[in-house]
Amino acid sequence: MRASQVQQESLTSEKAKWMYQKMVEIRQFEDQVHETFSTGVIPGFVHLYAGEEAVAVGVCAHLDDKDFITSTHRGHGHCIAKGCDLKGMMAEIYGKSTGLCKGKGGSMHIADVSKGMLGANGIVGGGFPLATGAGLTAKLKKNGAVAVCFFGDGANNHGTFHEGINQAAIWNLPVIFVAENNGYGEATPFEYASSCKSIADRATSYSIPGETVDGKDTIAVYEAAQRAVERARNGEGPSLIECKTYRNYGHFEGDAQTYKTSEERDEHLTALDAIIRFREHLVANELSTEEELHGIDEQVQEAVRDAVEFAEKSPLPEADQLTTDVYVNYKSGEEE
Amino acid sequence: MTREISFADAVNEAISETMRKDDDVILLGEDVAGGADVDHLQNDEAWGGVMGVTKGLIQEFGKNRVLDTPIAEAGYVGAAVSAAATGMRPIAELMFNDFIGSCLDEVMNQGAKLRYMFGGHAKIPLVIRTMHGAGFRAAAQHSQSLYGLFTAIPGVKVIVPSNPRDAKGLLISAIEDDDMVVFFEDKTLYNVKADVPEGYYTIPIGQADIKRKGDDLTIVAIGKQVQIALMAAEKLEQKGIQAEVVDPRSLSPLDEDTILKSVQKTNHLIIVDEANPRCNAATDISALVADKGFDFLDAPIKMVTGPHSPVPFSPSLEDVYLPSPEKILAVVAEMIDDESIVAI
Ligand SMILES: Cc1ncc(C[n+]2csc(CCOP(=O)(O)OP(=O)(O)O)c2C)c(N)n1
Ligand SMILES: [Mg+2]
Repeated sequence: MRASQVQQESLTSEKAKWMYQKMVEIRQFEDQVHETFSTGVIPGFVHLYAGEEAVAVGVCAHLDDKDFITSTHRGHGHCIAKGCDLKGMMAEIYGKSTGLCKGKGGSMHIADVSKGMLGANGIVGGGFPLATGAGLTAKLKKNGAVAVCFFGDGANNHGTFHEGINQAAIWNLPVIFVAENNGYGEATPFEYASSCKSIADRATSYSIPGETVDGKDTIAVYEAAQRAVERARNGEGPSLIECKTYRNYGHFEGDAQTYKTSEERDEHLTALDAIIRFREHLVANELSTEEELHGIDEQVQEAVRDAVEFAEKSPLPEADQLTTDVYVNYKSGEEE
Repeated sequence: MTREISFADAVNEAISETMRKDDDVILLGEDVAGGADVDHLQNDEAWGGVMGVTKGLIQEFGKNRVLDTPIAEAGYVGAAVSAAATGMRPIAELMFNDFIGSCLDEVMNQGAKLRYMFGGHAKIPLVIRTMHGAGFRAAAQHSQSLYGLFTAIPGVKVIVPSNPRDAKGLLISAIEDDDMVVFFEDKTLYNVKADVPEGYYTIPIGQADIKRKGDDLTIVAIGKQVQIALMAAEKLEQKGIQAEVVDPRSLSPLDEDTILKSVQKTNHLIIVDEANPRCNAATDISALVADKGFDFLDAPIKMVTGPHSPVPFSPSLEDVYLPSPEKILAVVAEMIDDESIVAI
């Protein structure tokens, strides 16, 4: 109830449709990667974001290119929500020279600094201090930017959680810490690994606001993020938002997911699905129509298809790229 | 009796056999049980590590001895150091050696130094098992080979096995050892199968193994690169060049004698290591021979290593990153001034 009331005031039809599109982009992109990965075309391993769309999109809806985000190993969704190019992303996942990182990073390291996307991250807990540092830059440069740190429930037990949030709090930095509590870190349940009832509870020890929302309710995430981003932009310091969510696929592709129950999976893929729920909400509240949303679905399908084609046709990096980009400048001895 | 099993199974056997023998041996790490605490999960469906290397151990030894940890390397590696100092014999799994960034203090300033700082009044019988190596398309934060980092720290022993048989015997030795040992497992070797003895056996730490005898050239290779060196040696044989392939197996302590004796015989040395070239195993061994075996050499020492760059993701770059038999042959050609070697 409360959610839809506030939404009437704040969420415009245009914004709502943008959000729907981004969520569908994430879902279709990940479904595509899932399918392609099984054919062996994609090197390495991938962690898919499908199921958690409402979090990345609900938060990034309040950001623009000057704002920064840090991400995780499960980073495709954050990239898309922050405006990264689907073609460049797909090419990166394929290891092609046209990828956003020239094929040097791959799925776990996709970044686009020009979009404020500071990279997916192979190190769990890596994002906390990075977001705090980006927040420090924003504060010192007084440019009104904020930094968002997306992190998993598993990462909430890493030491960097404490160090990063505490610093952001004592320096009153414009940082929003967004927990994606999908119930598991790999195969280990959140309840087993964490000595707290909720991640949001931990905010208390840093004297910052912490709240838990249904992370599959797009509006709920959108509103919580709005409060936190406003606080940050007003110079009131960091906040923590815990989004309860679920990953539709395994930890990585190939994970048999034996630790999940089939009931929870079924429920999350249908009744609780964030995209289905957001879609219904948009139509019921006349923010969009079935036809319009169907049109977006088709448009996204085409965009994902284009991304795949682009990735497939792109060349692999040349060998001489191996040692470039290590330094800006690296000279030794005397030049002739 | 031997039978053919994989490198992963050899590691698993080393752990289970020592755990059977000694109740103080425990295993802890992220998902080493792999959902041990999920109610509905039958233990045999538990992960047993991301690569399944520790599968089955939770069934046999239970939750008290096979502990899933939070994703908190400083927390559990540090606890393992102290558990070792206070009476247990832990095996801590650091999933990827790259994650040492999250717990280097526990290894470098605690585990490696307690005994010395306490005047010998402590021992740290801890094994840190960790995955390393490029070639898995795992990119810069999951592909490093960081044994050089640990070799540089007094108080740490460092083992890098190259095949399943060595892995089992050396891991059992490491678990029996009263010092802290970092035990490296190349992720691309896990599925490699070879003859491995059944039952409990040890291979002494600090003893190199000559994997192939030869009189003309010594190739010292680290970990998986031993396999690459053996491939190069076979090709060289077609040219009548007999390469001796020396596998140090442990980098700390390092079996200097075996390396020096081999170079004394062959007068030529190539070191093959996929890690970055600076301040690393290859430079260390090269310095050893320059220092103590200079007179044995008929040609400059050569190194075939990864470049001074992170490990790239793209297959086309990662393949160039890694040493290969061809790269070794090119170096031999240069060393003995015979271009025809390159074409074998
Ligand atoms: C420092 C570090 N430790 C361990 C890992 C291995 N690892 C990668 S993802 C992951 C689970 C992360 O769980 P969570 O934070 O809940 O994120 P989720 O995968 O559920 O999105 C682990 C243990 C890592 N990449 N980095
Ligand atoms: Mg999780």
